[in-house]
Amino acid sequence: MSFVWGLLWGLATVLLIAGGAVIGVWWERKVSARIQMRLGPQQIGPAGSLQMIADVPKLLFKEDVVPAGADRRVFMYAPLLVFAPIAMAIAVIPFWAGWAPLDSAVGVLFFLAVPSIGVLGILLSAWSSHNTLSTLGGVRAAAQMVSYEVPRSLAVLSVVVLAGSMRPTEVMGAWQWWWVPLTLLGFVVYFVASIAEMNRGPFDIPEAESELVAGYFADYSGMRWAFFMMAEYGAMIAASLFGAALFLGGFVWLPGLAGLAVYIGLAALGYRDWRRSMAAEALA
Amino acid sequence: MSVPSDIDREAMVVPADCLEAAESLREVGAQDGRLTPEGDEDHLVVNIGPSHPSTHGVCRIVVELDGEIVVRAEPVIGHLHRGIEKMAENRTYMQVMPLTDRLDYVGSMYANWAYCRAVERLTGIRVPERAEYIRVIVCELQRIASHMMSIGSTGADTGAFTAFMYAFVQREKVVDLFEAVCGARLTYNYVRPGGVAADLPEGWEEKCRAFIEQHPTAMVELDRLLFGNVIARARLKDIGVLDPATAVAWGATGPVARGSGVDWDLRRDDAYSVYPRFDFDVPLGERGDCYDRARVRLWECVQSCRIIGQALDQLAECEPGVIKADGLPRLLAPRPGDAYDHIESARGSLGVYLVSDGSVRPYRMKVRSPAFANLALLPMLARGHTLSDLVVVLGSLDPVFGEVDR
Amino acid sequence: MNITELREYLCTQYPDLCPLFSIEFGDGVLTVPSDRLGEAMCSLKDLGFDFLGMLTAVDYGDEFELVYRLRAREMHLGLFLKTRVPREAPHIRSVTALWPSANWHEREVFDLFGIVFDGHPDLRRILLPDDWVGHPLRKDYEDPNIIRRPDYL
Repeated sequence: MSFVWGLLWGLATVLLIAGGAVIGVWWERKVSARIQMRLGPQQIGPAGSLQMIADVPKLLFKEDVVPAGADRRVFMYAPLLVFAPIAMAIAVIPFWAGWAPLDSAVGVLFFLAVPSIGVLGILLSAWSSHNTLSTLGGVRAAAQMVSYEVPRSLAVLSVVVLAGSMRPTEVMGAWQWWWVPLTLLGFVVYFVASIAEMNRGPFDIPEAESELVAGYFADYSGMRWAFFMMAEYGAMIAASLFGAALFLGGFVWLPGLAGLAVYIGLAALGYRDWRRSMAAEALA
Repeated sequence: MSVPSDIDREAMVVPADCLEAAESLREVGAQDGRLTPEGDEDHLVVNIGPSHPSTHGVCRIVVELDGEIVVRAEPVIGHLHRGIEKMAENRTYMQVMPLTDRLDYVGSMYANWAYCRAVERLTGIRVPERAEYIRVIVCELQRIASHMMSIGSTGADTGAFTAFMYAFVQREKVVDLFEAVCGARLTYNYVRPGGVAADLPEGWEEKCRAFIEQHPTAMVELDRLLFGNVIARARLKDIGVLDPATAVAWGATGPVARGSGVDWDLRRDDAYSVYPRFDFDVPLGERGDCYDRARVRLWECVQSCRIIGQALDQLAECEPGVIKADGLPRLLAPRPGDAYDHIESARGSLGVYLVSDGSVRPYRMKVRSPAFANLALLPMLARGHTLSDLVVVLGSLDPVFGEVDR
Repeated sequence: MNITELREYLCTQYPDLCPLFSIEFGDGVLTVPSDRLGEAMCSLKDLGFDFLGMLTAVDYGDEFELVYRLRAREMHLGLFLKTRVPREAPHIRSVTALWPSANWHEREVFDLFGIVFDGHPDLRRILLPDDWVGHPLRKDYEDPNIIRRPDYL
């Protein structure tokens, strides 16, 4: 029974990451476009929101190119090694009060340690690409991700010490509002270190679009590249959920109706902005 | 059109063992650019290949790295070599004009103008005043457009993609003006021997004035956006420092030399066309690093706005409609001799040397390309910096490979 | 200083170079035989010609004519220096020691014309691939891919 449950939950995780990637990519493209005085995706779906959904079949149909000198097996399977640990880490995040898909007594440790396996995946993908620039990118990525592990772990440890437990559900349950000023510095450190872990800008030196042409995943195309992207966005979602659960008390802060009111308000704001952007694009 | 019968069709067939030929070329490629480490055996030799988003064109750079520090950086050029100089020998003087467009394709207007000046020097054609003013206006607008691309690329190389977009907003406006003037957005073929191809359309001057009205403010904004950013400053300051003596000795001209403090601008020191009638400053850098070179380009744009404003004012006093010299023959056949003339392009001193043997075709056309001379500085400037800085240094030299390779 | 003043100055300082100086199309031209090139170059460098703008060659059948464009920035003067080398033995001394900018220009002339510059630190082809056979800008360059201009033009 638990095997079936695990399988279902695995599927749900992949869907969660994919859905998060769809929204995240759309939001990123629109917001960065607006910052850069341009519009971003507009054609596919309302305000370009279905762009990523259109991208998925494109990526699936792309030719599977493996470079001639590459180590074929390692090249093909390294993206999985990057993506799978992130998906695994989502299992310990508490999604409801007192409940996580994998309610482990060392859940915090699990969350911090398991995605580090992704570093191996990055190194393997860089090395197996048989390409000096990719190797450089992979080495840079490994150095960066490893070096930001320590501050991240220490920051999370501050909350663990306050809560007295490593079980994420217990930490979330024991959370008090006056922990916020105490752990504020820890939260900032955790946030910045998480960005570094994910190779997101300004820590995107390993990707280094301008000189290494996407570094360690330069030789990947199609769905293999999509795995790297999903790993990145999955890591973002996981880190955000986990940070919110630990440092900001999860959804315990505004329970019940107050929380619902906040969500409705945010949704309304989003809808208003969407309508405005539609009007602006109609004029543009 | 019938094809001449003396083409050897057999020689044009790809050899059957082309894979073997490619293999042998790879061997040879190892000698060209020396892909083996010259220093320590531990050094990594990386090939930043001809097709790369940050090499500003097709440039192959063979980089020998000690960790992340560049020990040797050698540009291997010639990927865009089309034999323009050889082709020019087989075409009439007017037929060579579109070839000059494709030399510095980011700045077609002044590439055309350099060639036209050489032709006019050779033939003794006198260009009417209105045409000279129009040439100055479009050339200065082209300078702005070219610098916008250069500064934008500098931003993109350091990761500041927003600055890239902001700079391109200005470039779009200039290119729209050019589209109104001659119908093309990149290769204009507008400046012709004896004048310009067509007069300015109605209402163009107002649009141009509107552009130069808003441009300096946009430059201030871009300055704050890109050069005020602490990350961009850290990536541009003290990178690729060029001292003035080396700049002159190695033949650097334009913003590359002026960024090092070499106070030399052909528009002021060897004033040509109607430039003596304008009042403008020449921005100079101090330290000769990438930061100074990029800022020299930025402030040159503002000075160009000044020149354009004065030129538009003085243009109103010219005889309208006279934009080409009188009595130009359809086929130019200058008397035998040679002539060299140069202009200050966005990259430096762009010159054309023409040799005529009295026929309708040039006997020899040589283009003195500033980007070619500036690029020779790359190995010196990049040594000792990291791989990321190499890309920034290359961007600050602002090469356009149509011009470098011809 | 303008061209006539330069001519007078040249004649007083280096009287043997004087008859080789002419003014054509408004530009000063100094024509030297190839064995006196080094001496002329050094003299000009001492005079203040600190900038080598370009260096090119023209194929005149039996000879190649090398054209150097020099510039004295302080004096706002430009000058051509021309020399000829025979086609059968196209050797000339390199001026990279005087003006390092000649480095790439001489490589280009070697690449496209086949003129060998003695004393150049690194004489290799620059624009064409290393294994290219022939020197394209020579007038007698044959290549099956070149389509000759039809005679009716």
